[in-house]
Amino acid sequence: MSEWWTYRLDDFLLYAPRTYWRLFEAQNAALWPLHLATVAAGLVLVLLIFWRPDRARRWTGLALALLWTFVGWSFLMNRYAAINWAVAYVAPAFFLQAGLLLLAALLPRGLAFARRDAIGGASLLLALAGLLLYPALPLVFSRPWTSAEVFGIAPDPTAIVTLGLLMAGRGAWLAVLLPIPLLLCLVSGLTLWAMDDAQAWLPFGAAAIGLVLTLARLLTPAPAPARTS
Amino acid sequence: MRITRRNLIRTSALGTAAALLPVPVLAQAEPLMRTIPSSGEQIPAVGLGTWITFNVGDDPVLQDESTQVMSAFFAGGGRMIDSSPMYGSSQAVVGRGLEKLGRPQALFSAEKVWTSSGANGPAQIEQSRRFWGVKRFDLMQVHNLLAWEAHLDTLQAMKAAGRLRYVGITTSEGRRHDLVEEIMRRHPLDFVQFTYNPVDREAEQRLLPLAGERGIAVIVNRPFRQGALIRRLEGEPLPDWAGEAGATSGAQLILKFILSHPTVTVAIPATTQVGHVRENLAAAGGALPDKELRERIAAHIGGI
Ligand SMILES: NC(=O)c1ccc[n+]([C@@H]2O[C@H](COP(=O)([O-])OP(=O)(O)OC[C@H]3O[C@@H](n4cnc5c(N)ncnc54)[C@H](OP(=O)(O)O)[C@@H]3O)[C@@H](O)[C@H]2O)c1
Repeated sequence: MSEWWTYRLDDFLLYAPRTYWRLFEAQNAALWPLHLATVAAGLVLVLLIFWRPDRARRWTGLALALLWTFVGWSFLMNRYAAINWAVAYVAPAFFLQAGLLLLAALLPRGLAFARRDAIGGASLLLALAGLLLYPALPLVFSRPWTSAEVFGIAPDPTAIVTLGLLMAGRGAWLAVLLPIPLLLCLVSGLTLWAMDDAQAWLPFGAAAIGLVLTLARLLTPAPAPARTS
Repeated sequence: MRITRRNLIRTSALGTAAALLPVPVLAQAEPLMRTIPSSGEQIPAVGLGTWITFNVGDDPVLQDESTQVMSAFFAGGGRMIDSSPMYGSSQAVVGRGLEKLGRPQALFSAEKVWTSSGANGPAQIEQSRRFWGVKRFDLMQVHNLLAWEAHLDTLQAMKAAGRLRYVGITTSEGRRHDLVEEIMRRHPLDFVQFTYNPVDREAEQRLLPLAGERGIAVIVNRPFRQGALIRRLEGEPLPDWAGEAGATSGAQLILKFILSHPTVTVAIPATTQVGHVRENLAAAGGALPDKELRERIAAHIGGI
């Protein structure tokens, strides 16, 4: 693109905020009450990682892979792409992430969940916030509650909960599994920023927490490894 | 051309009528018409943009709102609708609206080709034509000068074959005016599109005079800086002298500033609201500001 420095962030915004939020209204109306199942699945994963880290690897990988595929297909490709042609380049990242999660679940030396520690606890809190608080945001930002973004149904909470769940884990696989949710949080934050929406701070904040927790993980010595299933 | 009230009225097809009709009748009258220099065809001076406003995807409620805006646009005497493959679903939304409105005869379709590959141009143009559901486009413009040499060849060939009526190029926000100027000098263009409004006046220096000299019709995009100029005026009382310019709102003040430049052919504000499309069309009726009033408008809006 020539003279790229003359472009502002909002020059890349192709649609009006109202059109964007109505995508979630349409998605929610079409899929309700699937939300109950996706949030319940997220809560089960949190509990599993907390109580039975040895069992959590396979289920976390499989469930997240399924939900990333579902959100990529049902929201990005079927709805968002209609108003944003750039989504055609983002949707494949969802399927790539799903594939990576699947590999992490199935390969014997895939993801490992640590024994409980402070970093793991903080990560699970991030996941819980994504699961339970994110859907309430319309109340804070004066939008219709029917535009709520829910884990497993909408991209942002899916990425944030994924970050939280994965950060409770350990191992080289994190280097492969974290970049896409982190990048998605950044892209989403920039999108909301271009829309002049204060909610931008939430995906930015989630990405920052993710990075801080990663650094903390790298800097603290590993405890004795948990058994992996 | 020096801009005086006399010049302005002369350039308006309503010039004679303006002298005869009382002002309130004029406000309801035919919209201000401008001439496309390369053909002599007359066109209403206010058109309709579709960037962002018409990109509503598959949302049936917003699609219907877009159709209502188009309906009010045609009912108010509007003709030119401008879109681009860059504008997401806008082309399909325009096409759907045209279909619902029974394919208004008045339509002047202004589209763009926007791909970095010259070879992909014809396929993209054909895809756009299907979205609109028109036999051929009235105007096809090279969007933001992307691969302009190859696309201009395609467009000139289409025009020669009768598959297109007019050829143009676009830019916005003051970008690449040097190249726009060079293309205007060297190539036979029917239209050029760029940004012009009371605070973005760079085009007055070279592009507008050159368009006048070369007989190229001018489409003005971002008349309201994508709404920012109107937001700037919100909460500000309309100056006392706005009535002298024939404006009843900030939006009309801005549009009247633009339309009162005699070389401007069509301004293409975008809107999602029927009330706004009517207000914008009405800006082309009644008095237009003279040189002194134009400067006052520019100083007023620039000063806020
Ligand atoms: N390079 C290019 O080729 C290029 C670049 C930019 C633009 N364009 C073309 O030019 C068109 C116009 O530019 P634009 O869409 O960027 O911006 P614009 O027309 O300057 O502004 C559009 C905004 O103004 C508001 N508005 C319109 N009429 C109003 C009124 N009477 N009162 C109050 N608010 C009003 C609309 O909000 P509401 O919906 O609330 O009315 C909308 O948000 C585009 O749609 C596109 O077709 C071409």
